[in-house]
Amino acid sequence: MAYTAGVDVGSTQTKAIVINEAKKIAGRALIDTGANVVIAAESAFTEALKNARVQEEEVEYVVGTGYGRYRVTFGNAQVTEISCHARGATHMFPRTRTVLDMGGQDTKAIRVRSSGEIVDFCMNDKCAAGTGRFLGAASSALDIPLDQLGPTALRSERPVRISTTCTVFAESEVLSWVGRGKKIEDILQGVHQSIAARSIGLLRRVGIEEEITFTGGVTRNIGMVEALQKGLGTKLNLSEDSHFIGALGAALFALDHVVAGRAPAATGRHS
Amino acid sequence: MTFTAGIDVGSTYTKVVIVDENNRIAGHALGHTGYKLGEISRQVYADALKSAGLSESSISYVVATGFGRHMVPFSDTQVTDLTASARGATFFFPKTRTILDVGGQTMKATRLDDCARVKSFRLNDKCAAGTGAFLEKTARYMGYATTEIGPLVATSKQQVAISGVCAVFAESEVINQLSLGCAPADIMHGAIASLVDRSVQLMKRVQLVPEYTLIGGILRFETMANVVRGHLKEQVNVPPENLVQFVGALGAALLAQRRLQKLNLPAGNRRSSEGVPAQD
Repeated sequence: MAYTAGVDVGSTQTKAIVINEAKKIAGRALIDTGANVVIAAESAFTEALKNARVQEEEVEYVVGTGYGRYRVTFGNAQVTEISCHARGATHMFPRTRTVLDMGGQDTKAIRVRSSGEIVDFCMNDKCAAGTGRFLGAASSALDIPLDQLGPTALRSERPVRISTTCTVFAESEVLSWVGRGKKIEDILQGVHQSIAARSIGLLRRVGIEEEITFTGGVTRNIGMVEALQKGLGTKLNLSEDSHFIGALGAALFALDHVVAGRAPAATGRHS
Repeated sequence: MTFTAGIDVGSTYTKVVIVDENNRIAGHALGHTGYKLGEISRQVYADALKSAGLSESSISYVVATGFGRHMVPFSDTQVTDLTASARGATFFFPKTRTILDVGGQTMKATRLDDCARVKSFRLNDKCAAGTGAFLEKTARYMGYATTEIGPLVATSKQQVAISGVCAVFAESEVINQLSLGCAPADIMHGAIASLVDRSVQLMKRVQLVPEYTLIGGILRFETMANVVRGHLKEQVNVPPENLVQFVGALGAALLAQRRLQKLNLPAGNRRSSEGVPAQD
């Protein structure tokens, strides 16, 4: 059995996926990117191999993606994260027409055809407002772990309206609401709604067409999922592996390469 | 002697200035704004009274300004920060036509007419990249406190280019520059230069008419004014270093004197002896 891998080096976390020829996920790994991108990529890959019980020699091709894709020293090729998210999302949910990827430092809206081909995309890359960092700021300001933000926000009955745009100012706004005696869950719900509103704005710029698939690290935040679904008035496609969709897309591109290399028409150079 | 007070409740600091009827500064004080605006304004007011050696009863009129001006429970009236800084800036430099005010969470450019009236203004208040918060964040990413910014940047020999697009994303940029071996002082210098780029853009939008007067907490860092000078290739005015943060509060106190003269009230404690209700 031949395997391929995708390594998605994000600004905050690095994800690795190993798939088999049948396009099934054999193993996965998730680690914090930290300061050393090269090491992060290597250890995510090693961990995913271990998780898949696959030897490195069995992996025929590795594709790197994410902002640190050129630092995946063992990678055979690089593909942009836009392409990988589109590919991974349409593989997992074939009826996907719009992808929303929310990561640690950027948010992307991508519109795709049924073939997985990209029609248009739009990203929030100059400003941290409306990205996972906004949640990070709220988490540190309120001293609540990231994984508790969503569940806490869902308890809210009267959400606070967060008026600031900038993540830096939001941190002080959050504290000022605490100072004014607002409940933590109401403040957090306000934070989630504010990020959801910005993301929906981004989605509108590429045109919203159902089905919508939600990818990236923020998919694990149930509060964000709920806020988006409420704002969009529709369900989002989600799976246990939503966080890994970029890496999955990369692994699928790697498999394409391997398969193409075997096809008689494309064997010229390698045979 | 008739004294008035100006209270400037800014996003980061609250400033109070007390002036006498000859427009001389009798006392001033400063405190971190925090979240209890009423409480902090009272506390800084008390500190300013102490520094002036006065009691509350000797103050005839109080004007509040700044973003928290409506939260000052003991003020007689409120004026906008633009009006207050226009008065304060022209007090130091009567020929001022353009004011650049860089505070903790806002940046403002104001154009004045010959009579020191506000003709036009532009604000940057949605994004931290154009404000003191950007410098504060940059310093913090490198392990320096806000108070260390001035001395640090004074040692810089050359600036490192910092994009200054987002105060949050600056973190990775700063870490990147540090790992390339750049000196923290030069990175800080670069951050100030990017802030100046933004401020010049803002001033252009109010037409760039000289004389220029720079005010606000960020002007405590001498480098800031020097970089603006280099950029505009013009002379720029900066109030004395110990007062550059107090220009708005001073303006408010001076406006209080003017208001008092207009009301033509007798000197002394109008507030308690005549029972004039404070305006909200």
